Amino acid sequence: MPYTPHTAQDVRKMLDVIGIKEESNLFDAIPNELRAKSFDLEDGLSEFEVFDNFAALASQNNTSKISFLGGGYYDHIIPTAVDSLSTRSEFYTAYTPYQAEASQGTLQALYEYQSMICELTGMEATNASMYDGGTALAEAALMAIRIGRKRKKIIIDSGVNPIYIKIVKTYLAYHDLEVIVLHVKSDGSDKERLLEMIDDSIAGYIFQNPNFFGSIEDYSDVIKALHDVKALAIMSSYPIALGMLKSAKDVDADIYCGDGQSLGNYLGFGGPSFGILACKEKYIRNLPGRIVGITNDAKQRRSYVLTLQAREQHIRRDKATSNICSNQNLMALRATIFMALLGKEGFVKLSKQNYNNASYLKNELSKLDGVSIYNQNPTFNEFVIELPMSSSDFINKMESKNFFAGLKLDALYENFENKVLVSTTEKRTKAQMDEFVACVKEIV
Amino acid sequence: MAKRYSNEHEWVILDGEVASIGLSAYAVEQLGDITFVELPEIGAEADKDDSIAFIESVKAASDIYTPLGGEVVEANEELEDKPELLNEAAENTWIFKLKVIDVAEFETLMDEAAYKAYIATL
Amino acid sequence: MSSTIFEKSHVGRKGINIPKPSVDDAPKLDASLLRETKANLPEVSEFDVVRHFTRLSNKNFSIDANFYPLGSCTMKYNPKIQERVGGLAGLANLHPHHITNNQTHLVQGALSSLKTLENNLCEITGMDAFTLTPQAGAHGEMLGIMMIGAYHKKKGNHKRYVIVPDSSHGTNPATAAMVDYDVITVKSGANGDMDLDAFKEAMSDEVAAVMMTVPNTLGLFNPKIKEICDIAHAHDALMYYDGANMNAILGVLRPGDIGFDVVHLNLHKTFATPHGGGGPGAGPVGVGKTLKEFLPDLQIGFDKNKGYFFDTPHDSSIGKISPFFGNYLVLVKALVYMQTLGKEGMINTSKKAVLNANYILAKLKGHLKAPFADTLCMHECVFSAEDLTKEHGVRAMDIAKYLLDFGLHAPTVYFPLIVKESIMIEPTETENIDTIDYFCKKMIDAVELAKSNPEAFKEFPKTLPISRPDETKAARSLNIRWQD
Repeated sequence: MPYTPHTAQDVRKMLDVIGIKEESNLFDAIPNELRAKSFDLEDGLSEFEVFDNFAALASQNNTSKISFLGGGYYDHIIPTAVDSLSTRSEFYTAYTPYQAEASQGTLQALYEYQSMICELTGMEATNASMYDGGTALAEAALMAIRIGRKRKKIIIDSGVNPIYIKIVKTYLAYHDLEVIVLHVKSDGSDKERLLEMIDDSIAGYIFQNPNFFGSIEDYSDVIKALHDVKALAIMSSYPIALGMLKSAKDVDADIYCGDGQSLGNYLGFGGPSFGILACKEKYIRNLPGRIVGITNDAKQRRSYVLTLQAREQHIRRDKATSNICSNQNLMALRATIFMALLGKEGFVKLSKQNYNNASYLKNELSKLDGVSIYNQNPTFNEFVIELPMSSSDFINKMESKNFFAGLKLDALYENFENKVLVSTTEKRTKAQMDEFVACVKEIV
Repeated sequence: MAKRYSNEHEWVILDGEVASIGLSAYAVEQLGDITFVELPEIGAEADKDDSIAFIESVKAASDIYTPLGGEVVEANEELEDKPELLNEAAENTWIFKLKVIDVAEFETLMDEAAYKAYIATL
Repeated sequence: MSSTIFEKSHVGRKGINIPKPSVDDAPKLDASLLRETKANLPEVSEFDVVRHFTRLSNKNFSIDANFYPLGSCTMKYNPKIQERVGGLAGLANLHPHHITNNQTHLVQGALSSLKTLENNLCEITGMDAFTLTPQAGAHGEMLGIMMIGAYHKKKGNHKRYVIVPDSSHGTNPATAAMVDYDVITVKSGANGDMDLDAFKEAMSDEVAAVMMTVPNTLGLFNPKIKEICDIAHAHDALMYYDGANMNAILGVLRPGDIGFDVVHLNLHKTFATPHGGGGPGAGPVGVGKTLKEFLPDLQIGFDKNKGYFFDTPHDSSIGKISPFFGNYLVLVKALVYMQTLGKEGMINTSKKAVLNANYILAKLKGHLKAPFADTLCMHECVFSAEDLTKEHGVRAMDIAKYLLDFGLHAPTVYFPLIVKESIMIEPTETENIDTIDYFCKKMIDAVELAKSNPEAFKEFPKTLPISRPDETKAARSLNIRWQD
């Protein structure tokens, strides 16, 4: 049998020590009438056969076309060192670092992760990662409710990734709370409407910058208004944008959320990625998840440990800040290595290159007859084009020309039949973008 | 001045209508090294037995329930930076002070002898 | 030295090159949109990074290098083939928004793998349908209790409570609280099973669900489990199966057969996907007929002509708890493991896991107090260092730290909460008798040392980078990020 090392002699010896006759006696406590009624599974295979099976499956997926598909998940560079370091089995086959002495590698890496995330977002505290950007946002909303004590309303801007909005609504549906969706316009968030809505019943306002259509705005003013009534500002963003755009600190947001796929993780059909959740220091005791801190041991050696564990489920049980236990540790490690490899200047460069490529493509597409740009605001790495045809028709025709042309927005928004979200990254070359524009011209 | 205790291990000293409230040495010993105290807001009103403050140690966390109803008039801000004061002198370190609504409630709490007997049963 | 990468930074030092810009700089954005200062990421070379993280990795224990008898954690060998398959470009580079675009023709392979996994999990657990979207065990628990909440709401039931035994994982009560239920904790009897009388007393029409781990966290199988299901169902309370201990009963017992309504499995435990130092995991959830309509978005359908497609969620669906199919590449690795084991391999897994645990119980029970050694255990066994603590001042944690010096990861200590000074050992099926004998010998040595020289324990571990870090200081003077 694969992966069980027992010889017949081992089994006999062990049964004798235990004092039973047969292996089947090990399960005597389970009455026959409770035994499995069926267990009809395939026979085992060698690893070679299994690999061939999956290679065949993988070939039934299509990853071969030039991609302009984004919407929160991007085809970014992944440095080789990210793969080679994160696949060291000392990292990836380790357990959660509960025994600090046996886990200084994982703990220090997480401390460095927290440090880099705080640098990037300008926040003072963060945890060791959440499941993904959407669940991080749902936990942020629950944080705002805890901090707001008797406040029962969360406003969420519809410029936030609509999939995240669904997750936030699902998480909050079991509590006596109201989730109000503020409808976004082509020139960004409806700030006038928001200012009318803000009062001391609001626990928090959730926005995304750049928003799901790629539009950039300055939220400083509305955040001031929120703080005037002691409501929290929760900012979601795509972390690569933080190389250029205002950080959560720059706009004085209270909580920051994001998805870490773009920081050195594979698309992987949506996972595993990881979620970023960071906040001002005064809210740290409401922050869910693991947190690593520095201390020392009796010999004054610098030591990394899990800290503030009394917030967590294994100690506080039903009074914990969240039920979260596993984080997405390996993905956070990959992000740490990714950010270290890019460094202070490289990260800014990467961010700018995304902006420059998208700006070039947007400008070229805007010149085409029949194509117009939906966004009235400046955009970052993606933008929305309006077409004289249905988005499905467009996507299909572009696919036959070897492109994944973008995201159909009608799947996520009402009355968006002819709109497509187009994204670039640093990996798209001028030649690819020119070819893309030429093909769009032929089609429309 | 007389000191009384609650089932939840808070101690109370009443001076006129103002009660000083802290945690018993027994409770602090159970919690271990205190690392954080969240104080109530000045002006907050609470009923008897409401959870009003929060205390955290390395291995545990616990709500602090007010043994009397009233309005918070003072909070011991020194504890924000020095939670260890509770480990050093729990019985002499008040956490918050209340302007009590019903002074008679004080008499329903345990005196020191009764509290000692109570913790012996735990 | 434990210097951070920030301390190794030098102004002007560069890491990797990114692709050359191929277009001119775009017009500058308005200053009101731009960040004020650069994020102070370290400035290091690629080689600096490689050396730094390689050295960090050397400071970790891992299943590849160390025996990890952590009770309740199922730290088994993670076959290397999983990584090779997970790295296939057709899987790793697949964009999830093909789902949003409904371009099923681009993702047939992925959907096929997911459907196969769903079918396998249904057969393994005896449930009717599975969702693969939860990203960890606790995430699955939350989904399960949400679906139970939706079920009661739809029926107009007024429910307030979730019952958990006092031996349960902390995630159970924390989950119930996240879905806004109050928790009733039922105590365990002397034999380690949930006290049936106390359970009956706690049971009422206001109970929404009963969360059970089978076998429980003491490593014991409760023969009255069917009766507990029946009592709960009589009050229209649903039964939740916490699959943390599935490794014990794989192929022997199926929660669906004995009346559980909802199940989560931890694929990173039972199905050997690497723990990654704390995640990613995967916590798929299975349901019986009562809860099927409440399953979250996304579900996969199959049609002979169309192939695999995305099934429209039922009107009663609870919504979405993950953007797409959870941790897809973790799910793939679990399926790889299932295919290499096959039916016989899975049955053999639970047999050998239980054999190894009972062997340890038999070898150590004469040396260390074993509160439940009257019967055989399942895949894990629980000891108590209570006597050593009383007589010699040596605690469970001291024994844990002692073991580290011999390259053995510590067992789980101080959980379950109901056993004083508990030491919970789960060897898993992938360890051989030599490793287990060595571990037992070191456990016995520790007990002997506790009796002869308890003072010695203050110094353990001696051989690792640090020893007994000051956790009080860590919490009192918080330092959770590097600041120059």
